[in-house]
Amino acid sequence: MSAAPHAIEELTRTQEPAGWRSTVGQFVRQRPLGAIGGAIIVLTALLAATAGWIAPYDPLANDYAAMLSAPGPGHWLGTDAFGRDVLTRIIYGSRTALTVGLGASFIGTTFGSLIGVGSAYFGGRVDLVTQRVMDVFFAFPVIILALAVVAILGTGAGNVILAIATPMVPRCARVVRSSALAVREMPYVDAARAAGFGHRRIILRHMLPNVMAPILIMATAFLGEAILLEASLSFLGLGVQEPTAAWGLMLRGAAVEFAESAPWMAIFPGLAISLAVFGFNLFGDSLRDALDPRLRTQ
Amino acid sequence: MARYILKRLLAMIPTMLGVAVLIFLLLRVIPGDVVEARYLTQGSQFQSQELMDIERAKIGLDKPLWKQFTTWMGGLARFDFGVSMWTDAPITQEIKLRFALSLQLAPMASTIATLLAIPLGILAAFKQDTWVDYAVRVFSIAGLATPSFWLGSLMILAMLIVFKWVPPMVFTPLWVNPWENLAQLIWPALAVGYRYCAVGTRMMRSTMLEVLREDYIRTARAKGLWMKLILTRHALKNAILPVLTVISTEFAFLLGGLVVTEQVFNLNGLGMLFVEGISHRDYTMIQALVMLVATAFLVVNFVVDIAYGWIDPRIRYR
Amino acid sequence: MKRLARVLALGASALLAVSAYAQTPRSGGELVFPVPSEPPSYDGHREETFGLIHPIAPFYNTLLRVDPNDKTGTKPAPSLAESWTVSADGKTYTFKIRRGVKFHDGSEMTSKDVKASYDHIVFPPAGVGSSRKGQYSDVESIDAPDPTTIVFKLKHTSGSFIASLLSPYNFIYKADILAKDPHWYEKNIMGTGPFTFVEHVKGSHVVGKKNPNYWDKGKPYLDGFRAIFMRDSAAQVAAVRGERAQIQFRGFTPKDRDNLKAALGDKITVQESPWDCVLMVGINHKLKPFDDPRVRRALTLALDRYEGSKALSQIAIVKEVAGVQVPGTPFATPPEELAKVAGYWHDIEKSRAEAKRLLKEAGVPEGFSFTFTNRGTPMPYEPLAVWLIDSWRKIGLNVTQKVVESAAYFPTIRKGDQQVHMDFQCGYIVEPDLDTYKFLSASRNPANYGFYEDPVLDALYDKQSQASNVEERKKIIREFEKRVLDEQAHYLMTLQWHRIIPHSSKLHGWTITPSHYLNNTLDTVWLSQ
Repeated sequence: MSAAPHAIEELTRTQEPAGWRSTVGQFVRQRPLGAIGGAIIVLTALLAATAGWIAPYDPLANDYAAMLSAPGPGHWLGTDAFGRDVLTRIIYGSRTALTVGLGASFIGTTFGSLIGVGSAYFGGRVDLVTQRVMDVFFAFPVIILALAVVAILGTGAGNVILAIATPMVPRCARVVRSSALAVREMPYVDAARAAGFGHRRIILRHMLPNVMAPILIMATAFLGEAILLEASLSFLGLGVQEPTAAWGLMLRGAAVEFAESAPWMAIFPGLAISLAVFGFNLFGDSLRDALDPRLRTQ
Repeated sequence: MARYILKRLLAMIPTMLGVAVLIFLLLRVIPGDVVEARYLTQGSQFQSQELMDIERAKIGLDKPLWKQFTTWMGGLARFDFGVSMWTDAPITQEIKLRFALSLQLAPMASTIATLLAIPLGILAAFKQDTWVDYAVRVFSIAGLATPSFWLGSLMILAMLIVFKWVPPMVFTPLWVNPWENLAQLIWPALAVGYRYCAVGTRMMRSTMLEVLREDYIRTARAKGLWMKLILTRHALKNAILPVLTVISTEFAFLLGGLVVTEQVFNLNGLGMLFVEGISHRDYTMIQALVMLVATAFLVVNFVVDIAYGWIDPRIRYR
Repeated sequence: MKRLARVLALGASALLAVSAYAQTPRSGGELVFPVPSEPPSYDGHREETFGLIHPIAPFYNTLLRVDPNDKTGTKPAPSLAESWTVSADGKTYTFKIRRGVKFHDGSEMTSKDVKASYDHIVFPPAGVGSSRKGQYSDVESIDAPDPTTIVFKLKHTSGSFIASLLSPYNFIYKADILAKDPHWYEKNIMGTGPFTFVEHVKGSHVVGKKNPNYWDKGKPYLDGFRAIFMRDSAAQVAAVRGERAQIQFRGFTPKDRDNLKAALGDKITVQESPWDCVLMVGINHKLKPFDDPRVRRALTLALDRYEGSKALSQIAIVKEVAGVQVPGTPFATPPEELAKVAGYWHDIEKSRAEAKRLLKEAGVPEGFSFTFTNRGTPMPYEPLAVWLIDSWRKIGLNVTQKVVESAAYFPTIRKGDQQVHMDFQCGYIVEPDLDTYKFLSASRNPANYGFYEDPVLDALYDKQSQASNVEERKKIIREFEKRVLDEQAHYLMTLQWHRIIPHSSKLHGWTITPSHYLNNTLDTVWLSQ
């Protein structure tokens, strides 16, 4: 599970500006699946960024005359139970998905990594206690922890981000800790300690960058998981609320009821979620392969 | 070996205590309590404060926190889970039927996940970077990416439209009527199992790849020894263990975490009990459920640790 | 020859039709129905959820009941009481109790049991919870002078006392048991009802079987019933669709009804009725700018209730445009008159223009934003919220929704920090005293979550409650309605719920009423082959 120095060198080497185009090209050629995943991620990000320009309708405007219309020239993906354009809401939904996904993933990995590295670095009693505390959180099913946080804080995008990030912290901490344990024994860390650098500097400057590989992999995996969790919470009615456009929210209520006569309401948001999570996972999977030297093809 | 087992066993205790304290406090931070949940749901114009105080005293919510905690802990030590705050019935009675369902569904889903993961992972490893590898990875990641409730709804809809058939609505235990039982549970088991096979597949593939690179394997391949022999004798033994770890830890989560799946398939399982309990602010029920799931998780972890320790002696001396 | 055959065929089918129409109830069969929620206890005096009534009411009788064949759900009918008289001063009600009624344990039911049960409700002993105690604050005493007579003495006259006795929750329990343990009925069932208790498997089902010694000879027709607990509405519909259950007593959505009709055709019979349930928008009068009646009036003027009714009745369990009474009931305002009340005008453009003008006058800027607090129950809270928010957007208001989980909702609303929220009222019987109590000043009604004082409104309420004749009462209720919905816009009515019960055509003897708490004793229900 340790990031071998060989891989770290590779990583640092490819950070030079002149080489990024060739790296991307190499990545696409060697790992077509990862490239597809990456493309999906870029597409989602583009949709989120340009929603205001490319969306044909207002995502919040009800149009009762057009309610429950099948896909056609006016509404390419049909309309929902209030006459709102499904395509528009899916485009705007990417914003919610990415905001929640990135927010939760970022918070989860940041706190998780800091705890993991710190725990590995300080070792001894600090490590033991932190381990036990993380174990406690680990023993809770993910969704129960999220439900509890929502019950305390209430619904809404911000609270959902916190609710989803909470179960991620111990998982990230555990993985990062095992990588950090290996890094701690590295000569440059010893050298830094000998030179008298403070704890914070060593952790942030020397240890953290060298466990980036597992952190990155976790972050991408968490992004996908976060989008799914948000969809689940919204489906349960505990996430983002109407009339905001969010994919999980679109799968609730009328979408289920009218599944037979108006299937487009349930199919497209479900596809959007699946595709986005699929993209993140595909990319993350290939990233993991790329960064783990033991799995390189001969 | 005995020392190792003892060490692992002792490590469980502070964790369980931590879980107990955490859930106890967490529940009381959530606004509202069971009395409010019972009497204020209708926005009653006829509700009185004194009625609610009477009810609180009856349940024991008026006692100081530390006393409530020690009472509960004392009960746990005697294996007495107490009574549900919502229904006044013993919790063991409330959980019985739902536990039976979840306890059956979790291994069913895990088995399906394993049955999918192992062959797929092996296949992908052998055919690394060919279209077979890609196909396997796409298939398993698709399972991970699909929201289970969406998949479940589609499954039920498909069965309804195509076969005009609806799964049984009531849970019959396996020993009472195996057909009814399986007719109800096979669908969620498939949906959930497919979802979780991705993690196992990935694990199987990577450990298989590692093993395939081992020198003795390369030698055997170079010598032209039959694939199947190599596979079953060497590679499999070492590759399977991490897969089983992953799947067994997921199993513990499957016990209480299938909230949305249970809702979609209308299953009377622990997941729904959780949600109802939180919604009712039934502290004793949630506390009992969390301890149950956490214990299951820790026990499974413990067993896996022991298995590792037995197979790989190096671990014992760490 | 051909002609003869045709005539014979016609005659035969006519005979069949006649016999089908004049069907006599058939004994036998088990009724299976899903129940969306499970009751926490068996005590009708304590619980308030229909989740108790549907599976447990068949085990009990009440003193009086609502006539099961009355579609308006307002006509009192005898049950354990055969008849009653009211004293000249209107303060004493005397009921004659039926003889020969036996509890399921074989003992005889007398007025002693009725008194003990009502004491349990109206004057509960210390430590006993009674949810409806406040409803009977007018009752001074309950006496049982002899085994077949029970007398209620009131403090003042009341036009709605009989209606209050029709509550389906007022199970008659056995006096001896209550005397020994007033909590016994929370965990146990023993009544005089048409069915006896067989089993309750937690999280699964309740089973009852026919009471062979039921006092109403010949009834019940059913051999038994099975109430199955199912949270998910799609599963409930699937149960009826798969013919594993015959009926669901709460209500299905319009789409569910259409799906069932499409799938089962004639095997499904649909009964529909306006529902005595409505969601209204509550406005916090303590917070600016909602203390200004112009702002509140603007909020109601923005809503196109007629368009809302047409659109939302397709996707939700709401339909009728209503004032303070269920449309079609005796005291409801007829549509032509209702159209004069603010928010009910047919010209929506004019209405919204007026709303914008009022906002401007009150100094509310364009794009003003506020939070709408809603309850976390999907149907119909969610679709109504989407409709409301979109309507308010059209007069330049920017509204975000804050959803509070159902269990924590009313405790949160009680605190009074919210600006505008969704309020709710469900009754078991349509009676202006019960339906309009909600709008009284906060000092009189603790459940007034608008936190306002309006003595004029209170006076109108008392006047209608004591009105001597129906016509006069109607007039006063109209005035009351105008003040609460138009002039002061204290509360905004959204749309009346609409009850849709598609059930197996094999099920007979059950008539829909506006209340899902009524008609659940199942004694009149029978199943054909």
